[in-house]
Amino acid sequence: MNLLAFARGPALTVALAVFVFGVAWRLLSLLLLPWARDLAVARATAPPALVGAVKGFVRHLWPPRPLARGALIVTVNGYVFHLGLAVIVFGLAQHILFLRGLFGVHWPNLPSGVISAVAVVTLASLFVALGRRLTNPVLKLISTSNDYFSWFVTMLPVATGLIAVSHLWAPYETLLAVHMLSVSLLLVWLPFGKLMHAFLVFLTRAETGIVYSRRGAEI
Amino acid sequence: MTSTIDVHAAAQTFLAHTEAHLVSYLEACVHCGLCAEACHFYQASGNPEHTPAYKLFPIAQAYRRQKFPLAWLGLAPRIDADDLKHWETLLFDTCTLCGRCTTACPMGIDIASIVTGARRAFVAAGLGPADLLAAADSSREHGSPLGLTAQKLRERIEWLADEHGVPIALDKAKADVLLTVSSVEMMKYPESVVAMAKLLNHAGVDWTFSSKGYEATNFGYLSGKSDIAKLMVERIVDAAQSVGARTVVVPECGHAFGVLRWTAANMLGRPLPFAVLHISEFLAQLKRAGKLELTPLKESITYHDPCQISRRGGAARDARYLLEDFAEDFREMTPTGNLNWCCGGGGGVQAIARAADLRYKVFKIKMDQVEQTGAQTMVSSCSNCRLTMDESKAHWKWEGGLASLVELVADHLVEETKPAV
Ligand code: SF4
Ligand code: SF4
Repeated sequence: MNLLAFARGPALTVALAVFVFGVAWRLLSLLLLPWARDLAVARATAPPALVGAVKGFVRHLWPPRPLARGALIVTVNGYVFHLGLAVIVFGLAQHILFLRGLFGVHWPNLPSGVISAVAVVTLASLFVALGRRLTNPVLKLISTSNDYFSWFVTMLPVATGLIAVSHLWAPYETLLAVHMLSVSLLLVWLPFGKLMHAFLVFLTRAETGIVYSRRGAEI
Repeated sequence: MTSTIDVHAAAQTFLAHTEAHLVSYLEACVHCGLCAEACHFYQASGNPEHTPAYKLFPIAQAYRRQKFPLAWLGLAPRIDADDLKHWETLLFDTCTLCGRCTTACPMGIDIASIVTGARRAFVAAGLGPADLLAAADSSREHGSPLGLTAQKLRERIEWLADEHGVPIALDKAKADVLLTVSSVEMMKYPESVVAMAKLLNHAGVDWTFSSKGYEATNFGYLSGKSDIAKLMVERIVDAAQSVGARTVVVPECGHAFGVLRWTAANMLGRPLPFAVLHISEFLAQLKRAGKLELTPLKESITYHDPCQISRRGGAARDARYLLEDFAEDFREMTPTGNLNWCCGGGGGVQAIARAADLRYKVFKIKMDQVEQTGAQTMVSSCSNCRLTMDESKAHWKWEGGLASLVELVADHLVEETKPAV
């Protein structure tokens, strides 16, 4: 078996399995914990829990105005690489083909030139985030190996993908294999490190939204 | 381990309370640091250790080592007694449980609720600031953190009623409304108690204080001593039930309101048998019912939102409603309401002597805010905020005026139009 066959075959299968079971396991181990019912009587004006949850999610999409100034660069940069990653994953023709193979559904792709441009911007944005982490005193203090490793496994598929489509340095097949292996690494790590926030964000924002909407407060 | 700090007990106590919501908060932090910008302690000191997310580190680590689905990997560093000692200051002195960091957090993590849980864990390990813990113990033994025993309460009420010529009901056999008191008011701002009595009498409310349960503050909760927290709640429940009160009114104290209104039922494991209202909410009700006629307040004022009443309590609007058509020159600070800056003394920090310098620094943010409005007086509806601000004001020799919302309202009451009782 050559490298590409390995990357496409067993490596990816195992990675996908670890990803699916890992995410399910972590979500279940959370959701199966005892959920204390809030016995404090909600305000008469409090919306139903679902509305509170949605409000909580929307509310934390952007910092409130008085705080937004200090948080602007971080927030905008955060959106740039999150949206960038989404556009790359779901917009590139080859990715859509691959996802079609997995789920059977497909949608129109974006021109590869656009995707490459988005990837360059995303990569730059990720490096801005890393630069801040390495220099800002608050971030330096609170960053752990989990943060740096998670950054690395997120950056890697973008970088290897870009290199692969630009046919630099090595035969395309090798580059593609390396790219796919880097995706496998990301999939395997995601459930176990901080990248799990991709799922947890729905839970935490909803919880806070529910707790405080019962109180008639906005937080 | 030779130390008297019980690391194991700390972890166990915290983990015993890891209901799902706390755990997901701990697992979800992305270490983005945005919460630092929102925290008055970081803002005032510039010390990265005052970053809200950092304050949670030992608890997050204890969780990762023991309960996390991946604990068996042993990746999380071990916490030791030295770590706990270091974080004691961070968790007790540098968090007022104000909730402001949550507004900035992209994950919506409620840091204040984890700090509360962490404090319980630290107390179980034998840590915690001595003066804060003493306030809790005094509450258990004498009924109040400031030594306001039932006997002293009786004496002070008698004296106040006499001195001001205002009837103050104590231990009536039956009453619709049980009024509670913060001992900070009774000992330092007694006019506030007189003001409440005057307003309730005027509106024809059937109310009483009770020597069975009078202390509204809950230092058991703030210090992490959950047994005392529960005891303080039980006293009020007993008192309310014995007078048959359907409403318990909390005086000008933010945390007293937050604990009784939003967490007491969960401590007891059953809903409270009465409604809980902060005095500002209760006065707003009276005003809506046309029972508060006031002469206009001329001086320029601004309103300081106590965090537990506004941001974490949902009552920001009622204070404004009270000021409407009353305070003729009302000026909002920026930011205000749910995004207000804390006074620096909430969450029990006021009772921690070694935190005084930090509190003063934090209050500077408030001073600047008030000065920007140009208002003569900053009005608040929390006696703990007021005490913190009074002390900080003296430290900086600040000229700005401070006042209580309830006292202002009582001072401007039109008493002639007495409604039928
Ligand atoms: S709750 Fe308030 S004091 Fe505590 S960390 Fe958050 S912003 Fe700071
Ligand atoms: S803002 Fe929220 S996610 Fe970011 S470091 Fe603070 S607690 Fe963690």
